[in-house]
Order: sequence, then C-alpha cells, then structure tokens
Amino acid sequence: MTDSKYFTTTKKGEIFELKAELNSDKKEKKKEAVKKVIASMTVGKDVSALFPDVVNCMQTDNLELKKLVYLYLMNYAKSQPDMAIMAVNTFVKDCEDLNPLIRALAVRTMGCIRVDKITEYLCEPLRKCLKDEDPYVRKTAAVCVAKLHDINAQLVEDQGFLDTLKDLISDSNPMVVANAVAALSEIAESHPNSNLLDLNPQTINKLLTALNECTEWGQIFILDCLASYLPRDDRESQSICERVTPRLSHANSAVVLSAVKVLMKFMEMLPKDLDYYGTLLKKLAPPLVTLLSAEPELQYVALRNINLIVQKRPEILKHEMKVFFVKYNDPIYVKLEKLDIMIRLASQANIAQVLAELKEYATEVDVDFVRKAVRAIGRCAIKVEQSAERCVSTLLDLIQTKVNYVVQEAIVVIKDIFRKYPNKYESVIATLCENLDSLDEPEARAAMIWIVGEYAERIDNADELLESFLEGFHDESTQVQLQLLTAIVKLFLKKPTETQELVQQVLSLATQDSDNPDLRDRGYIYWRLLSTDPVAAKEVVLAEKPLISEETDLIEPTLLEELICHIGTLASVYHKPPSAFVEGSRGVQHKRLPPRAGSGESTESPDVGQSGPSEAPPAVIPSQGDLLGDLLNLDLAPPTATVPSVQPSMQMGAMDLLGGGLDSLMGAGLGAAPAAMPASLGGAPAVGGGLGDLFDLGGGVGMPTGSYVAPKTVWLLAMKAKGLEISGTFARRGGIIQMDLSLTNKAMSVMTDFAIQFNRNSFGLAPAGPLQVLTPLSPNQTIDVSLPLSTSGPVMKMEPLNNLQVIYPPTK
Amino acid sequence: MIGGLFIYNHKGEVLISRVYRDDIGRNAVDAFRVNVIHARQQVRSPVTNIARTSFFHVKRSNIWLAAVTKQNVNAAMVFEFLYKMCDVMTAYFGKISEENIKNNFVLIYELLDEILDFGYPQNSETGALKTFITQQGIKSQHHTKEEQSQITSQVTGQIGWRREGIKYRRNELFLDVLESVNLLMSPQGQVLSAHVSGRVVMKSYLSGMPECKFGMNDKIVIDKQGKGGTTDDSGKSELGGSGKQSIAIDDCTFHQCVRLSKFDSERSISFIPPDGEYELMRYRTTKDIILPFRVIPLVREVGRTKLEVKVVIKSNFKPSLLAQKIEVRIPTPLNTSGVQVICMKGKAKYKASENAIVWKIKRMAGMKESQISAEIELLPTNDKKKWARPPISMNFEVPFAPSGLKVRYLKVFEPKLNYSDHDVIKWVRYIGRSGIYETRC
Repeated sequence: MTDSKYFTTTKKGEIFELKAELNSDKKEKKKEAVKKVIASMTVGKDVSALFPDVVNCMQTDNLELKKLVYLYLMNYAKSQPDMAIMAVNTFVKDCEDLNPLIRALAVRTMGCIRVDKITEYLCEPLRKCLKDEDPYVRKTAAVCVAKLHDINAQLVEDQGFLDTLKDLISDSNPMVVANAVAALSEIAESHPNSNLLDLNPQTINKLLTALNECTEWGQIFILDCLASYLPRDDRESQSICERVTPRLSHANSAVVLSAVKVLMKFMEMLPKDLDYYGTLLKKLAPPLVTLLSAEPELQYVALRNINLIVQKRPEILKHEMKVFFVKYNDPIYVKLEKLDIMIRLASQANIAQVLAELKEYATEVDVDFVRKAVRAIGRCAIKVEQSAERCVSTLLDLIQTKVNYVVQEAIVVIKDIFRKYPNKYESVIATLCENLDSLDEPEARAAMIWIVGEYAERIDNADELLESFLEGFHDESTQVQLQLLTAIVKLFLKKPTETQELVQQVLSLATQDSDNPDLRDRGYIYWRLLSTDPVAAKEVVLAEKPLISEETDLIEPTLLEELICHIGTLASVYHKPPSAFVEGSRGVQHKRLPPRAGSGESTESPDVGQSGPSEAPPAVIPSQGDLLGDLLNLDLAPPTATVPSVQPSMQMGAMDLLGGGLDSLMGAGLGAAPAAMPASLGGAPAVGGGLGDLFDLGGGVGMPTGSYVAPKTVWLLAMKAKGLEISGTFARRGGIIQMDLSLTNKAMSVMTDFAIQFNRNSFGLAPAGPLQVLTPLSPNQTIDVSLPLSTSGPVMKMEPLNNLQVIYPPTK
Repeated sequence: MIGGLFIYNHKGEVLISRVYRDDIGRNAVDAFRVNVIHARQQVRSPVTNIARTSFFHVKRSNIWLAAVTKQNVNAAMVFEFLYKMCDVMTAYFGKISEENIKNNFVLIYELLDEILDFGYPQNSETGALKTFITQQGIKSQHHTKEEQSQITSQVTGQIGWRREGIKYRRNELFLDVLESVNLLMSPQGQVLSAHVSGRVVMKSYLSGMPECKFGMNDKIVIDKQGKGGTTDDSGKSELGGSGKQSIAIDDCTFHQCVRLSKFDSERSISFIPPDGEYELMRYRTTKDIILPFRVIPLVREVGRTKLEVKVVIKSNFKPSLLAQKIEVRIPTPLNTSGVQVICMKGKAKYKASENAIVWKIKRMAGMKESQISAEIELLPTNDKKKWARPPISMNFEVPFAPSGLKVRYLKVFEPKLNYSDHDVIKWVRYIGRSGIYETRC
C-alpha cells in the first residue's frame, strides 16, 4: 500500500478511530495514524480535536514521526494554546540534543509556534543556539530571531538578540552570514528609522566576501541588502560594483537581477565620463538578454524589469531589439511584455524591422495581443517621424481586413497620428469614414468623432455623420459625449450656416438633459462663449493645438526611481510602489536612488533625488500617470475656489472635496478636451495661492503667514450626513498644510466622538494628528477646528487628480 | 518572503499545503483555486494579486505549484525557488504527478521544512539533501558524531554541492555540449533572428575533491593568448577539438560551483564539480552560427478553396555528417478538407488534429536537398478573418555544435589522492538540436 491512500476520504467515525490508533502501542500504527492526520489537515479538514493525542507522539526516537508531529503543532498550536504548553518540554530537551540536526529542528519549529507562553520558553534555547558550535544550528537560529521578532518585537529587543544577530554578520560560515543578513533586513524593514543594519565599509566588505562563498539564495539575500547601502563616494561605489559584476554570470536569474539592481543603483554615483561607467553599461546588456532564455515565468519577471531599465537607461539595450521579437509559442504574458519593450527601443535605425514584425503580429489570434500590436504601429509613427508614412499605410491595410477590433484600434491610433502630424495624412479620412458603423467601443467612437470635428471643413457630410451619433446621445459614454459636444461646436464654427440647429441641439442635450457635471460645465462654457463673442470662441475652440510628443506611457520619474531600487521584486513586476500592495508598516518607506555625484555634469539640478531623473524628462502626453509630478513642481494658477461637487452616488459621509476644476487646468494637452477649457480659465486670471501654493513644497517654510486662503465652502450637507454639516478649506500656515473645518450640528441630538480618516489620494495627504474636538457638539452649535495635515500618507492617483475623499464618521 | 506554498492537482484540490507566515490564512488556498485554477479565462500572468495577496504559480503537467506572499518579495527568487522545488522532487521520486505527490507527501513536507525556513530558501542541492533527508526515519543511530558534523558542514558549507570522501576505482568524466539552434527566417530567406543557446552538461565520476579547469575556444581567451604569445600548448586540442577558429560568446552563466570572480578577472573556468550529472554552464551565441537547414517555402492560394504548398529543405553541413530525426511541420488552415502530398524522401502525412502536414525524414547527409509538395483543399467559409499563416517549423538533430564551440581541455587536479589528470578517462560529445526553428511563409 502506498501513502496516497491517506487522501481518500472515509466515513464518519474517522476522528474517533484515529484517536484510538494514535494511542496505540505499536509504533508503526502510530506513525500511520499521524500520517492520516496530516493528510486530512492538508485537504482542509479540522483535526484539531486530536491535539493531545498527536502531541503525545512527540516523544519519539523516530525523526520522521517527530517532524510530522511538529508540522501538526505549527498548524494547530495557536488554536489550542494551553495544550501547546505540553510540547515545551520536548522542545527544550531537543534543543540540547547531541545531534545538531535535531537541535536545529527544535529551534526552527519552536519559532513557528505563535503562542506567547511558548515564546517565553524559547528565549533561553535560542540564545544558546545562536552561539552553537555547529553552523547549521546557528543559521537556523538566525532566522528564528526574525520569527520571534514577528511575534514579539519588544521581547527580541529586550533579550538583546539583535546584537547577537549583528555579530553573526561576521560569522565564519557564509550561510550563517546570509541568513543573519536576511533576518536583519526583514527586522529593519519594520523599524524604518532604526539604524539596525548599520552598514559601513567594514560590514560591506564582509558581505562581499561572503557573497563569493554562499549558496545561490544567500547571494540573493546579500545582494538585496547591499542595494540598500549608500556608498560614501564614487570610488567606494565603483569598488562595490567591481565585486558585484561577476554575479551577472550566475545560473540563477534572481542572483543576476539582484546584481543588476545593485549596479543600476550604484551607477548613479559614478561620473559619466569615467571609463568604468561605459564598461559597466556594456556589461549589463548580455545578462539581461540571457534572462530571456529562462523559463517563461522568469522571462516575464525579467521583461517587466527590463521595461523599467529601458526607461531609465535606454542606452543599455538599444542594440538588442531582435531578442524582443515575439515567438509564435511564447505565452501571452511574455508576448505582451515584449511588445512594450519593442516600442520603447524603436528608433530610426531599426524601425523597418520593427514594423515588419508588428505587421505579422497584427494577424495573430489573441485579441489583446493584436490590439496592442496595432497600437504599437501607431506609436512607432509618432516616435519615428521617418516611418510615419509607412505606418499609416500599414494601418490602412489593417483597416481593410475589416476585423472589427483591428479597425477600432487603428482608428484610435490614427487620431494620435493626426495630433502629431497635422494636415499630412488627411487623405485617409475617407477610408476611416467608411468604417463608421462598425465602431462600437467608446474609445474608437470618440477618436472618430474627434477626427470628424477636427477636419469638418474637408468632410462634406460631416454634419450628417455627427448628427447620426447624436441620436443615441444619452446612451453614449461620457468620453464620447464630451467629444461629440466639442466636435459639433467646431463644426459650427467652421460651417455656421448649415449647422445652427445641430449645435443648439447638442448644447441643450449637454446642459439640460445630462447629470454629468463635466459635460454640463463644458456645455455652458461653449454656450456662453458662442453667445457673447463668436470671434473669441473661434480663437479658443479652433486654436492651434500643441503637438503631442513621442513617448507615451512612461512611468512617472520619481516612481521609476523608486522601482529601480526594487528591481527583481514584486514592486517591479506590478510597476507599483510596495506601499500600494503591502499592508502595514512593511515596505512603506520610499526608496530613492542615490544622488548623482556628477563631475562634469553641471547642468543637473542639485535636487535630483527629489525631482526626477537627471536627463530632462521628455514631454509626455499627460494622458494618465504624469500629472502628479507636474502638480508638485509647477506653480499653476489654481482654480478660483474649490468647487464642491457632492455627487449623489457618493456614500453618506464620503465626499469629493476638491472635485472638479483641476482637470480642466490640465486639459491643455489632453486629447479629449483640446483647447476648450484652458483658454477660458486663462481669461480670468485666478488669485494666487490656494492649491498651487499648498503644494509648492520647494518654497515651503518661508511662506508668509498671511497667504491666500480660500473661503470655506460647504463640503457636506447636513441632510446627507445625519445632520452634520461640514464646511472647510485648506490653508498653509508656517509651512504646514492645514484643513480648516467648521462643524455644525444640525441634528436634534448631541454629537461626540469625532474621528477623521483620509482615503488614499494623489498627494499623500493624511492627518498629522488626531482630530481634536473637545466638547460634545450640541444641536445647532458650530465649532471651528484646524487639522494639521502631512503629505506622508499613501499615495494613489485619483481621477480627477485632486479628488480627495475623506471619511468622516460622526458616531452619533 | 514566501508566506506559504501550495500544490494542487488539475481539479484544484490541495495536495500539499505548507504555511510559513502568519499573514497567510487558509482562505488563500481557496482564493487561488477560485481565481486562477478555476478561472474561466486562460491565465494571463504567472503572478496574480488577489485581495492584496500575491500568488506565483508554475505548472508541471497537471500539477499547479503556487507560492503565496503578502510582502514585496524578490519575485525572481520565488520562481527560481519553485523550479528548484520541482527539480528536488524529481530527483527524489521522479515525475511530478498527482500519484507521486500523494505517495510522497510526508517526504515533501520534510523537504519543505528543510529548504524553506520562514519563507527564506535554504540549501536546496539534492546532493546535500539526500545525505540527511532519507525517509529512513530512525533517529540517526547510524550517524556518528563526525558524520553528523560532516552533514551539517556540507549543508551550510562553501562546497555545499559535494561531499567529501567520494571514491571511484575508475575516474571518468563525460562532457556533453548540447546546443539548441533557434531561427526565425522571413519567407524571402532573410534571417530575422538566430541564436544558439547551449549547455555544457558534465557527468563526473571522480574521487576526492578534484579541482577542475575547463577550456573552450572562447574568442576572448584565444585572442588574449595570441597576443601574449604564451600559448597554452598542453591544453590545446587535447580533447578532440581541432580548434580551427574561436567563437564569440555573447553571454554565459555557470553552475554555482564555478568561481565567478575568477572567471570575471581571468576568464578561466575553474571549479570543484558536484558528483554525478549537472549542468556546468549555459551560453548564448549569435554570431557566425551554422544553420544546419534552410527551408524554402512557397505557398500559393488558388482561388478560395485551394492552396498549393511547396517546401524545399537544404542541409548545410559537411557531407560526411548525418542529421537525424528530421521533421518539418507545415501548418494548414482550419478549414482544410483534404490534402494530397508528394515527397521525394521520408514520409509525409496530413494530421487533421494538429492542423499540419508532418513530414518526417530519418536521416539526411550534409549538402543535400529534398522537397515536398502538397495540394490543400479548403472548405469555403464566410469567416472574414484571414488565415494567420503560422510559420513552418522544423526539428532535427545534428552531431556537431552549430555555434562552432569546441572543448579545448578539461583538466583535473586532485593533490591529495594519487591520480593525475592523465589517468582520468574523458569523453566529449556534441549534439545540436533545433530549438524554435521557424520560417515564415
């Protein structure tokens, strides 16, 4: 009989039977029974009732049986803390065993049992094991300190285990060093400010020595730890790089990626005119390419990282385009990532090859992949001017295939091509119009409408085309509605005589029949513009649009810097900072690249670490991710007042504090709202101060105290919040952002226990202290509070960007 | 670090579940089953984030291995670990299948306890593991104190991959240079991309702790020696390589036994090998590759219901050498109703289930040519979408290294035992296989 029999489910009296078997005198029978218990545990059955019987089997000479019992203990001790104490004696005894394997096993298992009473007993054996003569025991004990810290951090500190752990970094055995480094790194992560790892040139030297000798996993721990060190000068940085480069030839991809991380980071400190800098750049390319011959899952991780590396240092892989060509049987996730990198690497030198490839891909089966390939062709056209014509004709070919999603995708990118090369490829419009009926996706419809509006004077039946869209106006998505509104206004300004009726119709649809504030506001602006001064309207609406620039989808520079510091990790796979997906205090610190110690680079601003990469960031279509950086640096004219727009769909108590407004400011470059809003705001120069000042971090401390503070506006109506009305504004006093609130109790009863919570927002705003409302708020009383804010909270981009949600639970 | 490790069968039933961290609960097991294994769509990524928990998975035949975490772990390390886990299991009980996993679940738990501590991978070399995870179970009465400390020092030591005291009556080693040549060619015969990924696999049956040095016709080494004027005569052409020219290696990676810092500074490959079979190095070349076969396709669409296909293959290597296991796979449209094939050599068959004509030739000498022609009848369809024309792919095996790599020497030194380099019997073999060898048509 084989062990698989334990997985077969049996009848009802199973637990009872097992109990009997566990207490049997026969060793074999006992062992069989424990195996059955573990199998049941694995498939999710609750066998915790057998706790005392299983623990009774612990005292045994049979190592296999002992390990099984330990496994059981680790699973159930937490639910049976009192009985778990029964096991302590055996553990303590095992920690004294002659056999190092058993000593290690005991200390390893004990650390996994998260019961306070057991933890107390763990300290003495652990202290002994940390100083054990056998390296196997020491390396296990090192990890056990991290386990214990996870259960009871205070205890670890009080017992002085951290110092012992630090001493292990100088251990003679490389594996002990590696595990000590891993444990210390983990503990240090939960104490962001403690100088626990205390890396200095001496310890670094020890780590680099151990790096040559330890297992592949140990090398990863050490390299990841090294990456958090900040060398003192470029010479130290170079010498570390020199000792890390051999790792690039390791068979383990994780070792390679971690080495790449260290090099990418420390390279920042090397002067660019140094010979070694160039050598290092050259050395980085081959191992990155080699990662692509690993198993597909690792290829995926590598490609996500290469995507970052290519954005940070395009020169490394610029000659390696071919290796990113998609293979027919690559898994889809590898294909999509390769495509992304191909576009980033596309240049005049290789564009012919790239286009030929993309054309092949556009005929494949997977819909997502084909779409992305079509989009990539458009992006090539925008990026490499010489290829634009060929790209357009390729896109036309693809439109001829009449495959629905290909056509739609092609139209979306052709719109962008028009934005980049106006008045050049209008001959294709006729072909596009033929496919009008097949468009069913909002993005494609919006793009088509934009094209019709933009080139209305050259399309004879533009009014008919737009009118046909108008019929189902209410069923369209906002994107399409906005675009249709703008397009018809454009058409009207170009051909005023025939289209008066049409424009009336769309303006009334937008302003009277729509719930959408964006649409309504835009409608009103057009309406007023047209009715007060048609000439000005023409200047505004038909103004020449700024050209879009080549790179899209770039990661915002500060985030990119942070992600480079996380090469190889999940953050680099998600392209998100760890704080976005890790709970608790762990990993919330933002990592930064070291400031560039540049000789011969006078052009660089000294605050590179703060404001982005040293190379001037390319202008980007502010489509999605890049507004944040701008907002923090630019002194924009702010909206005149923070417009409250409490949407009816909002949950009670959650409000849209700064809603509206800012997106129109940014509208200048948005494809969706060309030229409409900004001009209107430009006409009425706003009062300085307000939001722009609030976030003008550079000029922080010296701000005069009497700076402009917008008047309080009502944020939350009493009827929506069980009688609590809140009005407020933001102010900046002494360099601190404050939220001034007036709370009014409009209910019948007294309110107490106020608390406030900020949802994640674009600026990382969070309360710097608790909300201090001293008195209970009696009916009809109003009090003013000022809540200091900090910008150290979790950042998440909001739509619109200045949307700030505050949960304000009035608990009575 | 890794918070937990689960193994599922194809139905999503848990076979192994080991949790290392407190932040991973039992519900994680179900979350993965529901969101990935039972997902309606095909999996779009090997990393899945479900409710702030990240799942890494790999699949081996019907078995899913998933590692779970809530932290910002080293993702590359997690996948490397999962592969390693598969290697270790295979080394212990052969193929990874549901049956084998159920039969060895106690062993797997024991291994998981050993090679992953609190989610940190520990020594996972099978050579070392097998010395103390034996499933014999009885508490080490057999081990003396010295033996125990020998085990622990090996597991934690600098040479974790080899134990001391190995003895062979006959010292022997086998070197296999295994290359897979990859090609993507345009219909016009232009090479779009070509590369060779090669492996040097060594089987060593050597006594003691032998110090080895491996040499090949690496361009950098040969050029350096040429310049320096001190040629290493003793090593040259010792192992059958005529060494007529050197090759440019784009990149190489080594087994962890190789001293990387020495390779970095002197480009010499020195190591103490593990016992038995292992992969010494992997390399990649892209320059001057010998493409063993050239495929010349000709596809003609005759009306809407007929395709004519003609494919010529040419062998491009020394006439004295023989290629084997040649297979050409010509894809056919989904609406194929019938196929007539004529080929000069070998056998060709239309396989409807695979949507392809498969043409097999047992052997073919160098500098030869062969041809196949086929008529494909199509059912008329009103499917607007064009047939994607997948590329024609090819498989073969040739007895040389398409990259041109030659082994120059493998020297063995064991100062403590009385055998010398000359006493070691050495064998070298070159095998070139097709990787993804495709020609678009």
